[in-house]
Amino acid sequence: MGFAQALHCRECGREYPLRPLHVCEFCFGPLEVMYDYEGLARSLSRERIGYGPLSMWRYRDLLPVESAEVIDLHTGFTPLIRADRLARALRLDELYLKNDCVNPSYSFKDRVVSVAATKAMEFGFDTLACASTGNLACAVAAHAARAGLGAYVFIPADLEQGKIVGAAIYGPTLVAVNGSYDEVNRLCSEIADNYPWAFVNINLRPYYAEGSKTLAYEVAEQLGWRVPDYAVVPGASGSLFTKIWKGFNELARIGLIEGPVQTSMVLTQAAGSSPIVTAYQNETMNIRPVKPNTIAKSLAIGNPADGYYALKTIADSQGTAVATDDKEIVEGIRLLAETEGIFAETAGGVVIAGLKRLAEAGHFPRHRSVVAYITGNGLKTQEAVVGALKPPVTIQPSLSAFEEALKSL
Amino acid sequence: MAHVRFKFTFPPQLIQEPLIYQLGQRFPVVTNIRRASVEENWGWVVLELEGLDEDIEHALDWLREKGVRVDPVVGDVVEG
Repeated sequence: MGFAQALHCRECGREYPLRPLHVCEFCFGPLEVMYDYEGLARSLSRERIGYGPLSMWRYRDLLPVESAEVIDLHTGFTPLIRADRLARALRLDELYLKNDCVNPSYSFKDRVVSVAATKAMEFGFDTLACASTGNLACAVAAHAARAGLGAYVFIPADLEQGKIVGAAIYGPTLVAVNGSYDEVNRLCSEIADNYPWAFVNINLRPYYAEGSKTLAYEVAEQLGWRVPDYAVVPGASGSLFTKIWKGFNELARIGLIEGPVQTSMVLTQAAGSSPIVTAYQNETMNIRPVKPNTIAKSLAIGNPADGYYALKTIADSQGTAVATDDKEIVEGIRLLAETEGIFAETAGGVVIAGLKRLAEAGHFPRHRSVVAYITGNGLKTQEAVVGALKPPVTIQPSLSAFEEALKSL
Repeated sequence: MAHVRFKFTFPPQLIQEPLIYQLGQRFPVVTNIRRASVEENWGWVVLELEGLDEDIEHALDWLREKGVRVDPVVGDVVEG
């Protein structure tokens, strides 16, 4: 038996049994998994976690699963790297990078889908599904393959070839939808209502979203069971951001770290899709949806389901939010690669660009620890940076040609 | 024609205002109350709105400007 007890409406507080439900049947509020925290505090310890596998599943007691066998590709426990060269460039004292580029399908989405796929099996679904522009598609197709589940992956018809291949290789049914972004959203919501499939981020959303908490647990454990002063996180739906905050607070609640959690949560978005940052800057809790227009396609959510809760997390953690334009995002990707040897996708560029903007504005006091979350691999979004890179120097195969070329470098 | 569902949460100062009526008068949008809970100084309503995209957008903007919290019942489902 796990420690998950019920689904709980974040708005009206009604409780539901652990079923494939995502909105409150009474008020349509979003549902969230609740745990037996007293039981967790009694039975979970740093030592017990230490005996677990070197993956996200070392924290399985804090995830809403029952089965002994989970659907796992060995996701998580990714490196937390001290980034002194980048820190010097940004004039920060203590900077770490949580490198989730190295997950099995190359993004943090493996964490959420690993939980969702396990729940899909527990609930008896035979098909996993999602609508995605890249990272989620790859993670769903890969986990469905691992679990022997059917997979339907819906993508916009104009998606880049590289991303189609990255999902198609696992053998899902790929459906390319001809239509605007809004039309694709609407269609996929209707499909989810009409087919008995496990849509990972719709009818399994409360469970799926919990997988993101492992990004908080790992960072705390890798820092020697403490939380950073600042956590800089990319924002799309706002779910990852709120779950990292939830994860830190759960650790304090069950006594694995000292509380109260003092981390200041920093949300970063691309200026071309920044409804949460805009609401924060306008000092309102009202999110106004936007039509995304940015190279950071993995963050291009114009109508964020968890936007309100992300704003609440910023307020609760005395955090902040910042948006950067596409040029800054590309510079952020390059800066990260050139100083630390990590090639991140555009969401990583958003995080580094936001971090740079805030550092230059003097947002971070001296001697504070900052963790920047790098959530996806740059090989997925090469088209975003290819135009910004120097072409190779082409020479004839002779030493003299090389030495001649060297003079002009 | 779009057919969308939103949750509106009303702060205390707006709880007695006939905002849904006014919305229907001001904008060519059909409103259909699906769930609601209204108490003395707090209330929410889940409303289905039917109309042209831009009319719905204007209606939502008008409500936001009034101070009503507008949440998508389900936000975008296409994820990166």
